[in-house]
Amino acid sequence: MDLFNIFREIEKIDPDVYDRLDSRRNAMKQFTNISGKIALAAIPFALGSMFSKAYAQSGSTSVADVLKYALTLEYLEEAFYVKGVATAGLIPTAAATAAITNIRNHETAHVNFLKTVLGNMGGAPASPTFDFTAGGTFPTVFTDYNFFLAIAQTFEDTGVRAYKGQAGNLSGSNTVLTAALNIHSVEARHAAHIRMMRRALGTLGASPALKPWITLNQSGIATTAVNPSYAGEELTTQAGVDIAALGGNIGANSASEAFDEPLTMAQVLPIASLFIKS
Amino acid sequence: MHIIKKPSREEAREVMPDIQRRNFLKQLGMGAAFVTAATIATGCHKDDDDNNMNGAGISLGSGDVAVLNYAYALEQLEAAFYTQVVLTPYTGITDMELDFFKDIRNHEIGHREFFKAALSTNAIAGLEVDFSSIDFTKRASVLATAKAFEDLGVSAYNGAGQYISSSATGLVYLGLAGKIVSVEACHAAYIRDLIEPGSFAAADVVDANGLDKSRTPADVFNIAKAYIKTKINTNTLPK
Repeated sequence: MDLFNIFREIEKIDPDVYDRLDSRRNAMKQFTNISGKIALAAIPFALGSMFSKAYAQSGSTSVADVLKYALTLEYLEEAFYVKGVATAGLIPTAAATAAITNIRNHETAHVNFLKTVLGNMGGAPASPTFDFTAGGTFPTVFTDYNFFLAIAQTFEDTGVRAYKGQAGNLSGSNTVLTAALNIHSVEARHAAHIRMMRRALGTLGASPALKPWITLNQSGIATTAVNPSYAGEELTTQAGVDIAALGGNIGANSASEAFDEPLTMAQVLPIASLFIKS
Repeated sequence: MHIIKKPSREEAREVMPDIQRRNFLKQLGMGAAFVTAATIATGCHKDDDDNNMNGAGISLGSGDVAVLNYAYALEQLEAAFYTQVVLTPYTGITDMELDFFKDIRNHEIGHREFFKAALSTNAIAGLEVDFSSIDFTKRASVLATAKAFEDLGVSAYNGAGQYISSSATGLVYLGLAGKIVSVEACHAAYIRDLIEPGSFAAADVVDANGLDKSRTPADVFNIAKAYIKTKINTNTLPK
């Protein structure tokens, strides 16, 4: 049965159905009113659709879709760190191994958390299979430690921007929004630490100018293949306010660092799909 | 039956001079309380000026304005702290540490001034801070305070997202809170690593589900009040 058909049917009966679903509480109330007017068999489907819609009151993307998208990115990160930690001779020091293991454990926890939440919302998708060489573009990803960290940084920065881009779609779904924010800031902590791990490796080729935060749209990574993950980070104007000129002129570098920018699904999925085999 | 739709705040800006906006926003707050009466205590919106229960001190306003003023207060605190750190660096500070403290100071000033500009006439006054418990000459004292402030800031923004409205303007504010909180998290991770290498996301801030902390405004102010001399009326903050 086509859910969209069901929804179109509800819309025929109640053109304002989207406007009504501005909270779970209201969804329940309104469902009671509408359910008398549609076929009984369609009710479970209508209920599912309405809940998805009610969870994502701003409209375009449902909460379940946001969580599935997040889970895909978490699967990607988890598989990357699992492989990295398991690759003998890749990570050179005990401290680095401890840090990467800690990060891996967080990604595993995020995967499990999102799978549990989605399990209660109709089911979680299985993990894709990944190719971290990106079809041969990055052949040294698990042999060149410096490059491994560069890709780790890119994944973390991309993850932060991806979660940030979905906050609006979760507005009004307080529990899910807060959980997503709580994951988002953990990814940012990871990103900051990996940047400093790379800075410490200066002699291996990473930029010694790397900071824990992102300056303009600089990745500090030699390959331009990562540029889509940093595009737009150079923004220095927020909601019409020129940040660079504030507070006695903090300048463009600080202004861009002070605010991280979101990425849309349309921007993130091509980045992730480089590494998705199937 | 139709749900009462809240007027967009953008529309409100266009048609009302600043001086009236405050009152208009109050009405918006009351409208929101009416629509979701089950979750918002209407009493909080009756009078957000002075005379609430224990309401001495400056008012944060109501609705999204209160949440923004809350963030503005925390950014004032952080900016004042790092301004002092850079002005009187602790004994033995390295070049990198000083450079990064200057960066962090600039970020916090950027956040503070952004909120001030965004809030316009709704912005609370500049806060008077109390740093008497901090020894700015000692690395350990400065780093411990920085860590406390950054972890507090992260948990404050994480906890505040849910209180921002879903209006068009509210979504912009939510987006901005998201843009800021990850920067605070980077600060937190860096400072933590300075204190104890590898503690950027240790188990005291990240739980078994891999989730960072969120704190309610009440919990945040309870911690922050030790550093803020100015009395703030927190009655209108979301609970």
